[in-house]
Amino acid sequence: MPESNDKITVTVDGNEVRADPGELIIEVAERAGVFVPRFCYHPRMKPVGMCRMCLVEVSSPRGPSLQPACFVPVADGMEISTESQSVQKAQNGVLEYLLLNHPLDCPVCDKGGECPLQDQTLAYGPGESRQVEEKRHFAKPIPISTLVELDRERCIQCSRCTRFANEIAGEALIDFFGRGEDTEVAIFPGKPFDSYFAGNTVQICPVGALTATPYRFKARPWDLEQVESTCTLCSVGCRIAVQSSANEVVRHLGIDIESVNHSWLCDKGRFGYLAMRSETRILEPSLRENGELVEVSWTDALEKAAALISEAKLVHGPQAIGFIGGARLTNESAYAWTKVAKAVVATDNTDAQLGDGMPAELVLGLPRATISDACKAKKLIVIGEDLKEVAPVLFLRLRPLIEEGKIDLVEFSTHETSLSKLAKASIPLVPGEIGTRVRALIGFIKGTKDAGEGIGIDVQEIKNASQALGSLEDNSDLVVIFSNSSAIENTQDLQAGILALEESFKNAKFMPVLRRSNIFGALDMGLSPNLLPGRVTLSGAKEYYKKQWGSVPEKSGMSALEMLKAASESKLKVLVLLGCDPISDFPDSKLAKDALLKVDTVIFVDSLANSSLDYADIVLPASMDSEREGSFTNLEGRISRISKKVSALGSSWPDWAIASELADALGEDLGFGSLDDIAKEIARLAPAYQGLRSTLSLRSEVDEGILLPVTSTKVEIKRKQGDPMVHLGLISVEHQGAPLKSGASNEPGVYSDEKQKPEIGSTVSLISKSDIKSDINLEPETEASGAKSLRLVVTRRLFDRGTQIYNSPFFRELISEQEVRIHPETASSLGIDNGGKVSISGESKKVSGLVVLDNRVDQSGVVLTWNVSEEDVRLLASDSEKSAHWVEVEN
Amino acid sequence: MAVTSFDPIVSKRLRIPNSHTLEVYLSNDGYVGLKKALSMNPEDVASEVMTASLLGRGGAGFPAGRKWAMLKNDLVKYLVINGDESEPATFKDHELVEKDPHQIIEGTIIAAYALGVTQAFIFCRGEFALGFERLQSALNEAYEYGALGRDIFGSGFSLDMVIHPGAGAYICGEETALLESLEGKRGYPRIKPPFFPAVIGLYGKPTVVNNMETVSNLPWIVINGGAAFAALGEGSSAGTRLFALSGHVNRPGWYEIEMAKTTFRDLIEHPDLGGGIRMGRSLKAFIPGGVSAPWFGPNEMDMPLSQDAVAQAGSMLGSGSVVVMDETTCPVRAAWRITKFFSRESCGQCTPCREGSGWIERTMRRIELGAGRMEDIDLVLDACDNISPGLSWPPKQTTICVLGPSIPSSVNSAITMFRDDFVAHIKDGKCNYA
Repeated sequence: MPESNDKITVTVDGNEVRADPGELIIEVAERAGVFVPRFCYHPRMKPVGMCRMCLVEVSSPRGPSLQPACFVPVADGMEISTESQSVQKAQNGVLEYLLLNHPLDCPVCDKGGECPLQDQTLAYGPGESRQVEEKRHFAKPIPISTLVELDRERCIQCSRCTRFANEIAGEALIDFFGRGEDTEVAIFPGKPFDSYFAGNTVQICPVGALTATPYRFKARPWDLEQVESTCTLCSVGCRIAVQSSANEVVRHLGIDIESVNHSWLCDKGRFGYLAMRSETRILEPSLRENGELVEVSWTDALEKAAALISEAKLVHGPQAIGFIGGARLTNESAYAWTKVAKAVVATDNTDAQLGDGMPAELVLGLPRATISDACKAKKLIVIGEDLKEVAPVLFLRLRPLIEEGKIDLVEFSTHETSLSKLAKASIPLVPGEIGTRVRALIGFIKGTKDAGEGIGIDVQEIKNASQALGSLEDNSDLVVIFSNSSAIENTQDLQAGILALEESFKNAKFMPVLRRSNIFGALDMGLSPNLLPGRVTLSGAKEYYKKQWGSVPEKSGMSALEMLKAASESKLKVLVLLGCDPISDFPDSKLAKDALLKVDTVIFVDSLANSSLDYADIVLPASMDSEREGSFTNLEGRISRISKKVSALGSSWPDWAIASELADALGEDLGFGSLDDIAKEIARLAPAYQGLRSTLSLRSEVDEGILLPVTSTKVEIKRKQGDPMVHLGLISVEHQGAPLKSGASNEPGVYSDEKQKPEIGSTVSLISKSDIKSDINLEPETEASGAKSLRLVVTRRLFDRGTQIYNSPFFRELISEQEVRIHPETASSLGIDNGGKVSISGESKKVSGLVVLDNRVDQSGVVLTWNVSEEDVRLLASDSEKSAHWVEVEN
Repeated sequence: MAVTSFDPIVSKRLRIPNSHTLEVYLSNDGYVGLKKALSMNPEDVASEVMTASLLGRGGAGFPAGRKWAMLKNDLVKYLVINGDESEPATFKDHELVEKDPHQIIEGTIIAAYALGVTQAFIFCRGEFALGFERLQSALNEAYEYGALGRDIFGSGFSLDMVIHPGAGAYICGEETALLESLEGKRGYPRIKPPFFPAVIGLYGKPTVVNNMETVSNLPWIVINGGAAFAALGEGSSAGTRLFALSGHVNRPGWYEIEMAKTTFRDLIEHPDLGGGIRMGRSLKAFIPGGVSAPWFGPNEMDMPLSQDAVAQAGSMLGSGSVVVMDETTCPVRAAWRITKFFSRESCGQCTPCREGSGWIERTMRRIELGAGRMEDIDLVLDACDNISPGLSWPPKQTTICVLGPSIPSSVNSAITMFRDDFVAHIKDGKCNYA
């Protein structure tokens, strides 16, 4: 919509409406309270005017004519009739036509009861069919992917699914085949609809043509209840409706949030609930006795845990106790565990990251970009992982804008990513070279260096990148998205590159991407060495928190790596695992195993069994999403609600309750009688969260969530009223008496008046750039030697053998094979062919995989994928503290 | 009215042996028009065409000169020649491409010169196997001869031309579907706005789409002047036109005829033209301009072959195909067959056309086969009305392109003119013509 003050006036059914030039009739009518029936139109996609359901009568110099409201823009003085006789006849006619070949499946169709074809037929269509001929028949349903089934008889050819796949996801894996009446949606022979985003086509299908295999025949819409919540499977924080039937979660639907997910979800988030009822769910507390885990009562388990922690603290001091993990927790639970560790046990040994992330100061200390900032940016730098693999819906928001040329992308990547083909420049990376290559680019822009001089990359790419980024002067339209480019390396080098960018592009905004769940909430809540809740450092906020909590650790604690090392040297005695699996997720699996074996006590707090469970001495079952309440902070620093819909399985407790009861067993009172107490304490104490009434009172702002720190007392954006054609399953369930926002509180989230804000005792400054370590050692500690001449890079995939995925039969098939990405020239010098099977040998182990030639891989590197096969790529690496690992690739 | 005598314009080489070769073409005034055009200003060439009031020969009959004048100026603009002639009974471009491909190429170059276009495309129906082959050879010859490529005949004007075969879809004759197809996409007609390819056309650039026969007139117009062309015919129906006559006549085939001076009766009955209805039978009905056009009966036989006159009478000259049906023709079967064609060829984009065409076709077939119900007659008309509201002429439409409103033409004509035949089919439970 063009930004203009020159409003025009049109009449809709006789009522005058002001509109912006270029606005579509369908939008203007909707603002005027007139709903124009439609099938193909979806506000998040380009209109095509194909279904002809939205025909309205429009005045023109040649008399009134029927025009598609979804395609024709308004013009000044236009008279629009949405209910004239000819409009009604056209609507009736289109619906009769659509029903000619539509099967009478309604009683057995998943869509029945929430079906726009049913609803609009009732409102605008004929009462009965005049056709006596046989309907068109197809074999039905046919699976087009692991998760989606296609019923071509029900399809009304609106092209919503094909347009989503092509226009939004950029994967035209489904399209129309045939012509006229024989038109059918189909996949290409031998190519299933294996898109991370396939589930969205099910959500936007206006009939039951596309159904989700896990949901088929699970429930009827009128049996469903729902609540608004946040997806916690990555750090984007997409807003979802959790729908349940008979106390079991059966469906997630995406909610249209302007700032976040535009109603889209990835399939991992959409179907992640399937793990809730997995066989590996931990339902009861247990203790290890004679090598076996034996179920015990909560009291026994907590008393045992408290006793072991107290003993270790007494004998070895608080430094002998450590807490690893916490990204899976809600903000409130993370706060409670931080308080247990830092105030009760008095240790700073907490780390929500598992050695594969980025330093907390780098994550929290830079001017942060929102998703909207990134989408509105004219220039975008993406450094590190493929966004589609680590933050899928962020990728989905950005991709169409980059394709349309609204954003110029410069990419620094270790391999071809999902955005490489759209990038203005794609600069290859190997770990250790990020700083060098970023500086080369900056140097070139400044004109102080020849492009790519002496750093072994294509000069043209540096030139293209420089052209895309323009001058260094005005960079308020530049956003830098960054993540660790190789899961097995430290991020000193990345940090150097980011700091160089920050220094040169003064007004740029930064978006750090950490893939794990509520990791941003966990860091905000202080689950990191040298941090305290509210984006403050231990050193900066020690006195402040001492006053509030009574006690804080005296000195900085250990990171996950340091804790595991200490454990393997028997210096750490008790290790509390907060929903994490170091055996599978820590970059050095040897060290992780050794540490868990040697540490005296492992207290395992989680919902699902994983590889680290074998080492647990005390197991405390935690409830999962949709069984718990709380809040979530996404990668923008936006807080939103996690809501409860079903009862927790077994004896599992919410994590905050486990923390609170453990403190109790340790003889301390956290002061939390309820979740609300924690939510209010965070808002009262944690500096970045001040200004909120409570982390749970988001009611009036639930629409968009609240960006932290709170800078405004007013939250302006309000979600549009639900559109029955966008929120198919949401509105119908709401109409049946289950309001979507039933999980949200009634209080406004922020204080509406500055004066109402409670006084804060002392001023504590938030983490800033000055807290980021700048003394960085960029020299690799090892060098290529002999045949081991290729630098090892390990990247992440959305679907890997992680707990929640491997425990769902639907996801397991989506885990890809181990790919060995290598530059064609490197391959030919080694005599390796595309698609061939090769073995990679590193420090102590060999791994095999299939060769993928990729000319965006640096010639000195080889790129493997983390945790996709039984062979552990981490064993190729040497010591995890080394910043470079070298391998040999052979046939 | 009478059959006038004149020197043929587009068909003058069609009966000469090997007329498709450069050699024969050159010895019959070939490329004379182009050479003359290149010696003129492009604007003057365009103004001759405007003076000629040459109507588009593809079906809609839009004046070519006016279409050219609408072309938006841009650094990149295209000329596309529509040779995807696929409608049943239409075969005039088929003749031109097989027998005189150089004339099409020469006309295209003249048009490109007048428009300032340096890249032209000819989209030729793929099933014209021989025609396509000859067009390709002619294109190669034209390049060798210097009529195409860089600096044509030393004039400084350069033009490249690409020939693209259609893949068997009637809808690709619709100009915006043709452009989509040429871009490598599904042949879906584009929705309006934008209203004209002259503003946003091929690859989003301003584009003129002209019919093959339209540009075949250009060499003659350049040589003889627009005024000479406009002197033929009458009023807005200037010049001559190639008519494709088929059906129950003694001499079916193509005939070049001076527009507006000759009547349908002349075309059908004159011994040098149609030669009368076969076996001395009498006329039942005829289609004046291709199967998308409403039918005429014996009362319209003396109407001149003029675009305006036919339009005023509620039909169109369309693509210039006249189909004659004698008294033994079953109107139900004829309309059903035509509907079946449109049903097969609907692109499937718009609901009314995609679903409506099939339903109407099946209902018509049921009536023809003797299983119709009396209410089916009005049912079919109402189904037609939902594609083309009011069943008026010129038609209104609920669809993106005009394939939709083409469906009701024959059905509505058959029912309106021969309702008794429909009633008889239903009452007797069979087709009495069979």
